[in-house]
Amino acid sequence: MKNRSLLLKILSAVLVFGAWEVAGRIPVSYAFPTFLESMSSLLRMTLDGSIFVAYAETLKPLIVGVAISTVLGIGLGLWIGLSEKFEWLFSPIFIVMQAAPLAALIPLLVMAYGIGLTSKVFVVCIMAMPVIVLNTSGAVRNTPESLKEMGRSFMAKDHHVLLKIIIPAASPVIFSGLRLGVSAGFIGAILAELKITPTGVGDIISYSRSIADYPSMYAAIFSIILLAVLFLNLLEKIENILFEGNDRGYVTD
Amino acid sequence: MRVYGHKLPAMSSLLIWALLWEIVGRTGATFFIPPLSEVFVTLFKIIGTPAFLAALSETAQAFLAGVFFSIAIGIPVGILMGKSRLLDELLLPWVNIFVSAPLTALVPVLMVLFGFGMTSIVITTTLFGIWIIILNTRAGVRQINRSLVEMAISFGATPMDAFVKIYFWAALPEILGGVRIGVIRAVKGVIIGQLLISIVGFGALFELYATNFLMSHFWAVLIVLFALAFSISEFLAFLERKVAYYAAKR
Amino acid sequence: MSQTSQAFVDAHPSAQDNAVTVRGVSKNYGAVEALKNMSLEFPRGQLTSLLGPSGCGKTTLLKIIAGLLKADSGEIIVNGKAVTGPGPNRAFVFQDFALLPWASVLRNVAFGLELRGVAKSEREAKAEKYIKDVGLAGFEHSFPHELSGGMRQRVGLARALSVDAQVLLLDEPFSAVDEQTRRKFQEDLLALVANENKTFIFVTHSIEEAVYVSDQIAILLPRPSRVHEIIRPSNFRAKGIDNIRRDPEYLDIVDEIWASLRNYVE
Repeated sequence: MKNRSLLLKILSAVLVFGAWEVAGRIPVSYAFPTFLESMSSLLRMTLDGSIFVAYAETLKPLIVGVAISTVLGIGLGLWIGLSEKFEWLFSPIFIVMQAAPLAALIPLLVMAYGIGLTSKVFVVCIMAMPVIVLNTSGAVRNTPESLKEMGRSFMAKDHHVLLKIIIPAASPVIFSGLRLGVSAGFIGAILAELKITPTGVGDIISYSRSIADYPSMYAAIFSIILLAVLFLNLLEKIENILFEGNDRGYVTD
Repeated sequence: MRVYGHKLPAMSSLLIWALLWEIVGRTGATFFIPPLSEVFVTLFKIIGTPAFLAALSETAQAFLAGVFFSIAIGIPVGILMGKSRLLDELLLPWVNIFVSAPLTALVPVLMVLFGFGMTSIVITTTLFGIWIIILNTRAGVRQINRSLVEMAISFGATPMDAFVKIYFWAALPEILGGVRIGVIRAVKGVIIGQLLISIVGFGALFELYATNFLMSHFWAVLIVLFALAFSISEFLAFLERKVAYYAAKR
Repeated sequence: MSQTSQAFVDAHPSAQDNAVTVRGVSKNYGAVEALKNMSLEFPRGQLTSLLGPSGCGKTTLLKIIAGLLKADSGEIIVNGKAVTGPGPNRAFVFQDFALLPWASVLRNVAFGLELRGVAKSEREAKAEKYIKDVGLAGFEHSFPHELSGGMRQRVGLARALSVDAQVLLLDEPFSAVDEQTRRKFQEDLLALVANENKTFIFVTHSIEEAVYVSDQIAILLPRPSRVHEIIRPSNFRAKGIDNIRRDPEYLDIVDEIWASLRNYVE
């Protein structure tokens, strides 16, 4: 059974990449390179190191932004989840932010903070934070009452209830919020590089487009999607190690 | 929250934030935040202008087309994936990748393939919305109570009966949940597409206001946009609540 | 125990009228033998219980009779015809009720008829009659989530009755309702068996329930599943529903069944 699933995954990849290759060979468009051309471009960029230089640049706002969003988002989320007053005051803001196309704020951020790192970090934060806050607060609010009562009946102090019951019980949903936040952060980081100033991977994409070096452009896009997927998988592994036996969290977005 | 025993409406704190905005705007602390009252005055001024209406209708068209494709393709694909194991195993890895991939990176490709126009924006919108609809529909179909299906079969239901009378309705709460999230994502997609392609719809309008430092114009458009997005999301949440009574017990 | 089993053999020569006959049925799930060469007869117009510890294959057997599962070998004969799938001569009552949560009581009860293509007015008239029969008059337009567990199972029962099948298959129908409701159900079931000329096949894990409602009890044992014995309580049913639970024979049979099942309970 395990073999079948692996086999089908490989088959599925072969089908998609094969279709890409064929479409590139026809070609469906002058701007549609084959899979192999794109991969050799990726290989070239990997060998001459340019892709690592680019990612060093791209990951800076991403990591800073995700780190800020995580700490601030989980903190705020816990607070909102525990206090009815703060929920009333703050959660509407995040609910609106969650539903709204915050990308529209980018031109304003650029005017306020220039075209440097600060703006890009901001973009990542506004994209990543709302879902982290909302998932955390929702999970804390929905901690089973019986678990909390159990804690109190065994004389647990408030901070024990928080650390030993509420947070572990909420952790699957918090983590799924983190995964969604990170994935939104990636969207923000790339958006910032394409919209604000072309740096890092965004620069490779924009530059190779402008000189019609399409294989490099596709290679860069391929690599960023791959990176995002790998990073999210890593996050899931970390979750599994940290909270063994957690049921997979319920995704709210 | 309660004040003197009266429960305050859930979103009422936004009034406090609006007041805060007005005060900060009045103090003139920063050029970027004009008083909220001024923003609203501007809003009523520009809301009927041809430029605004054109941007709105362009955006609405792209958005509706994108949502239409997301739903029309997403739900059948999701149902098929939920029912066919082979299809599920072939497609699921890709759906999982695209549901969380930074799709913004694909916009430049769409621009070179489909030009700087409506097509690219519609495809961007579809790409943002479709994956979560597929995933939720699939999940909804997969968790259908076996005994409902057995019941239908034991009373002689044909596969078509089972599909129309059981599967669709039993999966409806999940499908609606997926559509709600997909639509919210599509709103973001349409704006991101317009920002990157930037010569159409609100993207062009934002560019115009930003380069001319028309702050209250900028905020006015932003407020309209946020309000629209929020209303759409709340409306879908309302629909979802209408079927929620049976989501828990199937 | 032997005397009651013996009584059964004497009282029922092989030529009796069986509504359902199970002949040499086997069913495997992978390497697990759910049923092994099982044979059983279900006399017409009577209630037969399938009783046994969990994992003895009683629900599997019931679903094979219903045509929901296919046997690996052997055959099921209903009214002289071999079963190939679900058919209009059998109706199923589900443990978890299997009600459509988005449909009213009326539509739920009429759903079996709806699937058979009966016209709306006709099927609703029929459904209304059975809703009244099971004591749910006035709830026609309620939804399942507005009803208690017991009322929901009455809906499931009305649905099974409304298609007018000769054989009713009940899969632990009362296990999800509370004890008092359950007792009421058992009494109602006895009345139903007496009044309707139908054959009932009743899966349960409650010994008292089986002895209380059954004309015939088939004790199944697991690993591999087999019919351990068939018990026919003789005469306490005639003494009236209020006296069954203190009848010496009732108490003896309950004790004896427990004695033979005790070793199989984990």
